[in-house]
Amino acid sequence: MAFATPYHFIAMSKTYQQINDKIRRGEAVVLTAEEVSELARSMSPEEIAEKVDVVTTGTFGAMCSSGAFLNFGHADPPIRMERIELNGVSVSGGLAAVDTYIGATDSNPANPAYGGAHIIEDLVNGKDILLEAWGKGTDCYPRRHIRTYINLDTVNEAYLYNPRNAYQNYNVATNTSDRTIHTYMGTLLPKMKNASYSTSGELSPLLNDPQCRTIGLGTRIFLAGTEGYVAWNGTQFDTSKETNRYGIPTSNARTLAVVGNLREMSTEYLRGMYYDQYGCSLFVGIGIPIPILDVDLARCVSIRNEQIETTVVDYGNGNKVLGKTNYAALQSGEIEVGGQRIRTAPVSSLSKAREIAELLKERIRSGRFLLSEPVRPMPAGTATKKLEIRETPERTY
Amino acid sequence: MKRKYMLSFSESTSDRPIIHDLIKRFDVCINIIKAEVSPGLTGSMLAEFDAPEEEIERAVRFLGTQGVGTALVTDQIRFREDRCIQCGNCVLACFSKALTIGPPDWRLSFRRENCILCKLCLTACPQHLFTIAND
Repeated sequence: MAFATPYHFIAMSKTYQQINDKIRRGEAVVLTAEEVSELARSMSPEEIAEKVDVVTTGTFGAMCSSGAFLNFGHADPPIRMERIELNGVSVSGGLAAVDTYIGATDSNPANPAYGGAHIIEDLVNGKDILLEAWGKGTDCYPRRHIRTYINLDTVNEAYLYNPRNAYQNYNVATNTSDRTIHTYMGTLLPKMKNASYSTSGELSPLLNDPQCRTIGLGTRIFLAGTEGYVAWNGTQFDTSKETNRYGIPTSNARTLAVVGNLREMSTEYLRGMYYDQYGCSLFVGIGIPIPILDVDLARCVSIRNEQIETTVVDYGNGNKVLGKTNYAALQSGEIEVGGQRIRTAPVSSLSKAREIAELLKERIRSGRFLLSEPVRPMPAGTATKKLEIRETPERTY
Repeated sequence: MKRKYMLSFSESTSDRPIIHDLIKRFDVCINIIKAEVSPGLTGSMLAEFDAPEEEIERAVRFLGTQGVGTALVTDQIRFREDRCIQCGNCVLACFSKALTIGPPDWRLSFRRENCILCKLCLTACPQHLFTIAND
């Protein structure tokens, strides 16, 4: 207490333990990523590292690679469920006898607007879901058919496990073709009459810790209303994307696999969606606390929208790269690409992203949410592979 | 004042020069945004009426006497605001700028007077919160 000397400014570093002690005492200084970016206009990273303990981030957007595991419990006599339908939507029958995985994009072609994401939302809302399943009948599982209703209270376990969420940056989508196209990035009008973006900019989790120094396996996060965890690196985790002078990847790079208890979640932060002529997806709300362990992290969380660049991609012409822009321009409602001014709109909810960052801030401030140190860091030196079309196998042994 | 109407013509009215009669009789500036004739000779027309309120109302009454249906466009689009999560997908599609989103609060704003009933928001909203009356 009596050592407030310049020495602190040089060797400034904190541990998770020290930050958690402050959180428990209700003394932690917690800001949202937007607040700290604003603060950084008048404060140096050294001063921010000294003053701020935790910065909260948030995002609420379509995350197609999401889903939920359920265990239905055994009926009497039992059935080995080999083909399973929930509200008429076919879900995984490939997990033992009474487990399933509902993929967010699972759907019934006859009723494409209701899919796995909507089942998950209905479950969280407490609704009854029609379960119908078939098995061939075995000596140990003699039943061959079952038709019943389940809900979140009747099942054993129900947890969200999303293989790829919270993309670190994402393309801007536009369309140079002559026709309107319907994509997961929204309705793209012909001849670059609009462009969409889906990242919450300076509020986005992985843009505030671009090297994932504090985000790894076991990191406790806000997931769809409750506390969840980073379970693994997300699929297509890519550390090789080009970065700008602020160390920010300028296209989609790192991702997270996340897990959490579906029973504790809220449909305020988990929503089933249907994109016309595309399919179903799940809107997932994620907030990640970044502990300000040192000056480098203080610098990272100070990043502002105009410093976060991304790539403009032509969804109407084979994903051709058209140029670069930044989130300050995107959020202004208009960008310029190749001399043409294009009207922009988000396709993920910035107001909800803010709500999540605020909620997480309050939970940490009031001592209800402690930070966890990753038990293993994210992988380094990864790149995304393409899928080659091969006529014949080469490895047949 | 300006008001947009969706006019509907029955088989018996679609072959008469009703808009001509309307302009001759009333001092209303009419901007035809969209006009369609469907199989069976029924038709619809989206038109903006620009005139003092009483004059617009007289013109609308006249259309009624001619057997033309008039529906105020602002009443046509229904929007389930309670379910909206402010994602912006409808704004992206809305080229007439009836639907906008932006700072400071990034919440959806719906200026119905700008709507031209293009119906793109009906499919653009991933929760399908927009519907059209009598559609």
